[in-house]
Amino acid sequence: MSHYISITEAERAAMLAAIGVNSLEDLFADVPEERRFPRLDLPAPLSEPELMRELRALSDMNASTHGHSIFLGAGAYNHFVPAAVDQILRRGEYYTAYTPYQPEISQGTLQAIFEYQSLICSLTGMEIANASHYDGGTAIAEAAIMALNVVRNRRKIVVARGVNPQYRAVLRTYLQALDVRITGDETPDATIEDALSLVDAQTALLIVQNPDFLGRLHDLRGLAAQVQARGALLCVHFDPIALGLFQTPGEVGADIATAEGQSLGIGLNYGGPYLGIFTTRQKYVHKIAGRIVGVTRDVDGRLAYVLTLRAREQDIRRERATSNICTNQGLMALAATVYMSLLGRQGMRQVAELCYHRAHYAAAQIAALPGYSVESGPFFKEFVVRCPRPVAEINAALRERRIVGGYDLSQDEPHLGHAMLLAVTEMNSKAEIDRLVAALREV
Amino acid sequence: MDTYEPHLYELSAPGKHGANLPVLDVPETPLPEALLRQDDMNDFPSLTEPEVIRHYTRISQRNYAIDTGFYPLGSCTMKYNPRLHEEAARLPGFATAHPLQDASLSQGALQLMYELQEYLGEISGFDAVSLQPAAGAQGEFAGILTFRAYHLDRNDPQRVEVLVPDAAHGTNPATAAMAGFKVVEVKSDARGNVDLDDLKAKLSPRTVGMMLTNPNTLGLFEEHIVEVARLVHEAGGLMYGDGANFNAILGIARPGELGFDFMHYNLHKTFTTPHGGGGPGSGAVGCTAALTPFLPGPRVRRDTSGAYELFIPEKSIGRLKTFHGNFGMLVRAWTYIRSLGAAGLREVSEIAVLNANYARVMLKDLYPQAIDRICMHETVLKGQIAGAQGVRTLDIAKRLIDYGFHPPTVYFPLIVPEALMIEPTETESKRTLDAFIEAMRQIAREAVETPDLLHQAPTKAPVRRLDEVRAARQPVLRYDAEAFARIREEASQ
Repeated sequence: MSHYISITEAERAAMLAAIGVNSLEDLFADVPEERRFPRLDLPAPLSEPELMRELRALSDMNASTHGHSIFLGAGAYNHFVPAAVDQILRRGEYYTAYTPYQPEISQGTLQAIFEYQSLICSLTGMEIANASHYDGGTAIAEAAIMALNVVRNRRKIVVARGVNPQYRAVLRTYLQALDVRITGDETPDATIEDALSLVDAQTALLIVQNPDFLGRLHDLRGLAAQVQARGALLCVHFDPIALGLFQTPGEVGADIATAEGQSLGIGLNYGGPYLGIFTTRQKYVHKIAGRIVGVTRDVDGRLAYVLTLRAREQDIRRERATSNICTNQGLMALAATVYMSLLGRQGMRQVAELCYHRAHYAAAQIAALPGYSVESGPFFKEFVVRCPRPVAEINAALRERRIVGGYDLSQDEPHLGHAMLLAVTEMNSKAEIDRLVAALREV
Repeated sequence: MDTYEPHLYELSAPGKHGANLPVLDVPETPLPEALLRQDDMNDFPSLTEPEVIRHYTRISQRNYAIDTGFYPLGSCTMKYNPRLHEEAARLPGFATAHPLQDASLSQGALQLMYELQEYLGEISGFDAVSLQPAAGAQGEFAGILTFRAYHLDRNDPQRVEVLVPDAAHGTNPATAAMAGFKVVEVKSDARGNVDLDDLKAKLSPRTVGMMLTNPNTLGLFEEHIVEVARLVHEAGGLMYGDGANFNAILGIARPGELGFDFMHYNLHKTFTTPHGGGGPGSGAVGCTAALTPFLPGPRVRRDTSGAYELFIPEKSIGRLKTFHGNFGMLVRAWTYIRSLGAAGLREVSEIAVLNANYARVMLKDLYPQAIDRICMHETVLKGQIAGAQGVRTLDIAKRLIDYGFHPPTVYFPLIVPEALMIEPTETESKRTLDAFIEAMRQIAREAVETPDLLHQAPTKAPVRRLDEVRAARQPVLRYDAEAFARIREEASQ
């Protein structure tokens, strides 16, 4: 009997008798006999200490922030996660609860989601936020689907080349079965202005990323008005950490703003679980996908939180729902909520400043190395380094020094030649940056 | 009593902060003035660490959770979440590894993913598994896009109809619609199975396939599953298995051997990764060899040297999310399977089914069973209590809260009036089941004798029944000091 099962042999017998069958096997008489009780070829079960040893061995085979200096970003970042965040996440009251469909006994989760929505609105300058999507990529895909529903009879989505190539891939996966054209990102070096020039009377949405995939900061003032003048919507994909300093999507008049929320107190986790942030204007609230929490009162008049505007969702609207999303990333939204609460106004700005100044310090040091150069123009925490040799070779040499180098752009942007996308955050100290620069000089 | 917990913003005061960050150790670079945010973040709160911890601890106590009590929420498989899994997922090589780091630096993570693919395939009888989807609904989307790609690949583009039983989860029709397909509903018969005559009438050269949950949402094993699959295949369609109810048949039957072509696993149900108050989940998918080339990627394979690597299947429907799936959930599911082994997994399903049937037989005299059959891991009863006037299932559900239990799933499946869907799971003790049964029987008595107790319920929860219409008609979706003050003022009058 497994240590997770609480029914004893004696109780099993009594329960079978109450049910009126002789054995556990008899409960499965509806299963076709020749296909019943297959023999499963799985490894023998292990005890907790044995299993932990095996897990540690697997874990130790991976590079991680514990043993390596990480300068890799490209959509996932090594940011500071305060110890207090995980302490809250480990509370069983949160992580062993279900979706808060019974509001009377789910006020904790509901209040936390409502606070998440509040914080995201304050951070972005946007009017409303939903309770989360799976990640930044799917948030963009849901933005596109929403735009197609808001801007009727338009079947074109323009996506700038500066949007993370993985997000563009997810967008294409999501829309592949719909009669929609996705364009704007075909040409290397295509700018936001190039993308804007493709926004026409058939276009429902323009998607841009700021800072873009290559780390560059853009001045987006004026863009929204031009897009809206053509009857389309503007979606700005942002970096939540950058908003501690830089232009918000709300300030530039975005209709939709999305982000990967991993930077907000969620570890790298080898790619997930992360957090899809989705925000838009109040007037589109009936068109958005996913859950949203509102405020009301109970029969005694007490203020309380509840999932609201549910008539958009799959369990009620079925094939007419705005999306099929059900389970989202609730606990990750809680992590982001606790993170933002801890950092506060001052901390959010301080993290952004640390990223900015350290990244610029690193860029200046690397640009001074023979054979290396750094792309000009404003950037936040990520920048393109042109290298004298293939990036794969440089990264292999850095690995010997327990440094995880930048993202090799040779697949996504081959026209840049030997180019690496380097990320520097508040977790990369000056000493660590100097070690990277010294290593680059040597390799 | 006013149990109001202040909103986070009401605890804020300028000048506070709750994080201890590194000092700047490099020279400053001038900031590009034109690109800076203009509002100085005046709207953003400021608190200290002790305040934040107390706030989120206090509001956590306003939640019901598996750790605090019985959660017989049908279709959701609210079983115990082992602590070992939480430690496992937080090992540094898992929790702080970058998803784009070189494969040579990720062999442990890739091996774990590869092995989980193998285990899930073995348990379900499928040839290949992709761990990409983030949740069950995304697994469904992967499946329906795969069906579409398969038919297009065979130059069979006229297939545009997805068959969905009338008892199906809402995600099924919503998913079919996201793939641009038309939903065709198939009726259930008197024994709760797919109505074979209705199925035959609705199959055609336009059929993409059928989405079926087995055991179905009535908690019953489809008695004609092999025949259903044969009919769908004969019409050129494919069988999609919604794995929401897989907890009933681990080691009991393999969907791949029952005629399914593709299924998703809810790792957050069957393989007990925590629900997290609404996620994250994981909706890994498995399929037959014929559909394998279309799976979403990346998947993990071994190269000739024995090293693990990521790859995109040759005709893949594409990437459904960034990176490689909800990896932290994969670590937990792997750990669960390795803790239990084949015999342990079978025991999970046996006891899950035993517990559900026990609850069924102990309650069905007072709460009529929707279909009188032996059930699988959950049972669907009706809140139609003999002799009770004006009592609805919702009232029964809310009264259970006063007895300290989370309500079952209610009003689902849609084809059962006043449905109460009870899924005890295998991790509950008989003592707990008996206490729940006793509470349900007591509530049935109250429904006849003192129905007001049900109508007023809950009275022993942090808040009582809510004005949901107000929440929707006057939406307040972020902190608004005026709106909060108004509601609080109304309460004090």
